[in-house]
Amino acid sequence: MINIRQLRFRYPTGTFRLRIEKLDIAQGEKVAVAGPSGSGKTTLLNLIAGIVLPDSGCITTGETRITDLDERARREFRVCRIGMVFQEFELLEYLNVLDNILLPYRISPALTLDQSVRERARKLAVDVGIEDKLRRLPRQLSQGERQRVAVCRAMLTRPRLLLADEPTGNLDMDNKDRVLDILEEQATAAGATLITVTHDRDLLHRFSRVIDFADLRETGA
Amino acid sequence: MSDVLYLAWRYLAHHRIKTAILLFSVTLILYLPNGLNVLIDQSASQLTARAASTPLLVGAKGSPLELVLNSLYFESDPPETTTWEQLQRVRDTGFASTIPLYVRFKARNFPIVGTDLGYFDARGLELAHGRMMAVPGECVLGWDVAEELNLGPGDHLISSPESVFDLAGIYPLKMHVVGVLARAHSPDDRGIFVDVKTTWIIQGLGHGHQDLSRPEAASGVLSRSENTIVANASVVQYNEITTGNMASFHFHGDLSAFPLTAIIAIPADDKSRALLMGRFENPEETQQIVRPTAVMDELLETILTIQSYVVAAVLMVGAGTLATAALVFMLSLRLRQREIETMTRIGGSRATIIAVLAAEIASVIAASAAVAALLTFLTGQFGSAVIRNFILT
Repeated sequence: MINIRQLRFRYPTGTFRLRIEKLDIAQGEKVAVAGPSGSGKTTLLNLIAGIVLPDSGCITTGETRITDLDERARREFRVCRIGMVFQEFELLEYLNVLDNILLPYRISPALTLDQSVRERARKLAVDVGIEDKLRRLPRQLSQGERQRVAVCRAMLTRPRLLLADEPTGNLDMDNKDRVLDILEEQATAAGATLITVTHDRDLLHRFSRVIDFADLRETGA
Repeated sequence: MSDVLYLAWRYLAHHRIKTAILLFSVTLILYLPNGLNVLIDQSASQLTARAASTPLLVGAKGSPLELVLNSLYFESDPPETTTWEQLQRVRDTGFASTIPLYVRFKARNFPIVGTDLGYFDARGLELAHGRMMAVPGECVLGWDVAEELNLGPGDHLISSPESVFDLAGIYPLKMHVVGVLARAHSPDDRGIFVDVKTTWIIQGLGHGHQDLSRPEAASGVLSRSENTIVANASVVQYNEITTGNMASFHFHGDLSAFPLTAIIAIPADDKSRALLMGRFENPEETQQIVRPTAVMDELLETILTIQSYVVAAVLMVGAGTLATAALVFMLSLRLRQREIETMTRIGGSRATIIAVLAAEIASVIAASAAVAALLTFLTGQFGSAVIRNFILT
């Protein structure tokens, strides 16, 4: 489902380089991307999501070659087809839980917020166990609950690809397992591909495939 | 669009203190120059309207402004007094009808206006209750006086002594309320109108006391001669004019020298006015004749000059405040950089994100403009009352 070929990327400043000759990830696969901090794991997610573009090479997601899209098309592709979960949750503090879940529909003209979407948001909240906290603000939630809200937000558009960047980085062990369970359940239920970046090697056994980043990249001047 | 407004609203509502401060600041910036203009325009029109209905004022030489403020608005310290003789002088020219004014005393902080019935015709004042004063000792109240003191025909009102420590000074006179004027929306609403003779009695130029020829006053008589009776302080002096003692009230001295604070002169036409004014142009003249409109125009010119400075200052402060608000907003954008990045990474439209931020600013400005417009409207509606209560009285 995801095909990466001859990828070359470097930031305008600094010495970081990313080079991937070939990487294929099948639809519905649960993949962990492991590696030390600064090895480029997050950069890979940003490239797959179309947040940044490679210097050369191509990335194809499904039938769409994302590297050929302009910025607007990449944003629309991202909001409609990709769900993203971040280490710091990145919830908007002034929106309650329900509004945070609905956020993609409020900030993109490519999506239409209607009653069915609201119902789906409530259903997701039930699935992850936060249905009684929909009117609360993020600061009134625990860390684990916040991440569950972020998962709901990522899943609301029924994406075919779920990208999670260190989703358990700020959680205790109980919550780590709980959040990963939820991610896997949601991805499986939606038939979505799950790519999770982690540097926590204790969690790698949970994934069907682990990409060790040291095998994919080159660093140095 | 509704999503943009919703997000903007949620942000503003969540940061309600910051929003309230911004709202307050922008409202002040928008309201102050406008409100000030409205207030000054209304002040100007009220000041000029009152002045325009008073053709000429005659008084002792001194400050024309003091003469006008005392005579038109019953404000400021009493000017130097002129005399009844001057009123006769104006009247004798045949160029103008005259109305005496003696505005010096007060009762419960409201000015006592000594005048005659011609005043009410000249000002177009009408009675709401009771009748006009007919004899000394009676008074007619302006609407506000009656309302604030809760007085009406049949009640009494006592003039205030000028100094409680001056035993030889002004004694209180108990006045009978016989009428209340209809609301005029002018300083007349706050006046206590009496016959000018009443004010002279308050001043002590006229008085009433026990008839010294009667036996019961004998103990107070020190000596009698053919034309003079000398009495001591035990003789009863009246502090109220009643039908029973009215005959005993009398004035001492020459009536022509009795004081007035001003004389309203109403010339028959422009020619009469010019001729009358000419009579007071002699450099040796001890009296002055002024056109209140000219005096008020001069005052307004000063006010308008001050207004332009004040408006300029307000605008400068406003510009400074706006610049500060803009700076605060820019800084808050930096603080919100992460939130903006999150929306971008999720796939939010750049236009939508900018629209949300713009909607927040626009909402604050629109709400401020609405509040400022409301305040300006209220200033227009109630400015007149504010001016009357706090500026003209």
